[in-house]
Amino acid sequence: MDLELLMKYGPRMLHGLWVTLQLVGISLLIGGVLSLPIAMARLSKNKFFNGVSYAYVYFFRGSPLIAQLFLVYYGAGQLRYELQDINMWWFFRDAWNCTILVFALNTAAYQAEILRGGIMGVPKGQLEAAMAMGLKPLVTFFKVTLPQAMISSLRPYGNEVILMIKGSAIASVVTIFDLMGETKLAFSRTFDFEIYFIAALMYLAVVELIRFFWERMDTRLTRHLRPANEQ
Amino acid sequence: MGEYLQYLSYGDAGWGDELLYGMSITVRLFVATLPLGLVLGFLIALAKRSDKKWLSIPANIYTTIFRGVPELLTLFIVFYGGQIFIQMVVEFFVDDVIVDVSAFLAGMIALGFVFSAYASETFLSALNAVPQGQAEAARAMGMSWFRTMQKVVFPQVIRHALPGLSNLTLILQKETALVSILALDEVLRQTQIAVGNTKEPIFFYAIACGLFILLAFLTSIAFKKIEVWSSRGQERA
Repeated sequence: MDLELLMKYGPRMLHGLWVTLQLVGISLLIGGVLSLPIAMARLSKNKFFNGVSYAYVYFFRGSPLIAQLFLVYYGAGQLRYELQDINMWWFFRDAWNCTILVFALNTAAYQAEILRGGIMGVPKGQLEAAMAMGLKPLVTFFKVTLPQAMISSLRPYGNEVILMIKGSAIASVVTIFDLMGETKLAFSRTFDFEIYFIAALMYLAVVELIRFFWERMDTRLTRHLRPANEQ
Repeated sequence: MGEYLQYLSYGDAGWGDELLYGMSITVRLFVATLPLGLVLGFLIALAKRSDKKWLSIPANIYTTIFRGVPELLTLFIVFYGGQIFIQMVVEFFVDDVIVDVSAFLAGMIALGFVFSAYASETFLSALNAVPQGQAEAARAMGMSWFRTMQKVVFPQVIRHALPGLSNLTLILQKETALVSILALDEVLRQTQIAVGNTKEPIFFYAIACGLFILLAFLTSIAFKKIEVWSSRGQERA
């Protein structure tokens, strides 16, 4: 390992890693909030809501993230005057905002499907019991259905977090200096191939750490779902 | 409206032929990568199940690496790393030769590795779903290891693995778009060129997204068909 190289570009790459984590964290949070109404619409019997949410999910899961990013990032430039008219240009002018927007919309589609699966997995008897106890539908949803749906979806949620971290490397294509962006910059200055291996190790470390802690969290949060002798 | 139709026309004025060509490269890359990933994935799944440590440990490390490193970075490492490595080998024998690794090949290898890492997990759980006794019975009847695999284990593994493989295939298909960064003339790259000439990003990128969705739709239909075929021996509920 070339120490001089590490001393020179290591700090910048660590900062890039921090940018990656911010990007993923913010997108996942916004996407998580958005996923709730989308999942509800997907489960709704109303044809309009169902159709729109189905099309939304199909679009974001069916096309590549990088094409979606290009669509918004370059598309915003084309609509510059229209966006200026409605005072939204300041938002779309910034590559960071465009990237967060696209990542959040993308992960919202995936999270909505995870949540939908979770909600459908909650036994019907639970709802009937809640109804028999006189709980309102809204209370039933937030106190009975949602908590159970989220617990049974923990594993797919963890996978989504990891997929987002890996996918976020695409942000470097639209001038974001995340870990991948810093790595490409460092490589273009040094032509030292080791840079790529250092970056790979950094990504790997973060992904494995998340996997490890997520597993522990899953084991802990689902301990009441296992028979007593297995704990 | 007419203006947009003009953009898509086939020939010098429009980009229809360029996009179609890009589409053919995307499909070619996808079709070339899939068998590589499947075969590699199955072999790695077998290695993981092996009781020989020198097989199972490297197989697990392989999976960990390719499931943890971004596809884009893997692509760069294969592309630039491959170039540097082959250059070194060539320079050892002859001077003054500059090696160019094709973006297609780099994409095929990188995406194939990533696909095989995920596929090996799918195959592993599918292999575990086939009762051990079946293979033992086949061996007891004098079938060779290969025959047992071919006639008893594999047909069942396919059935168990199909839903997972179908997902992975759709992911692989979208990932081929990444190779546009290495200037391979697939759909997204052709779209970028069209945008550069016409200054119509919204229209063309929407078309590109639509083409990928169309491809995903066709692939999912194909998988439905294979699923029906693979469970033809199953009782219908």
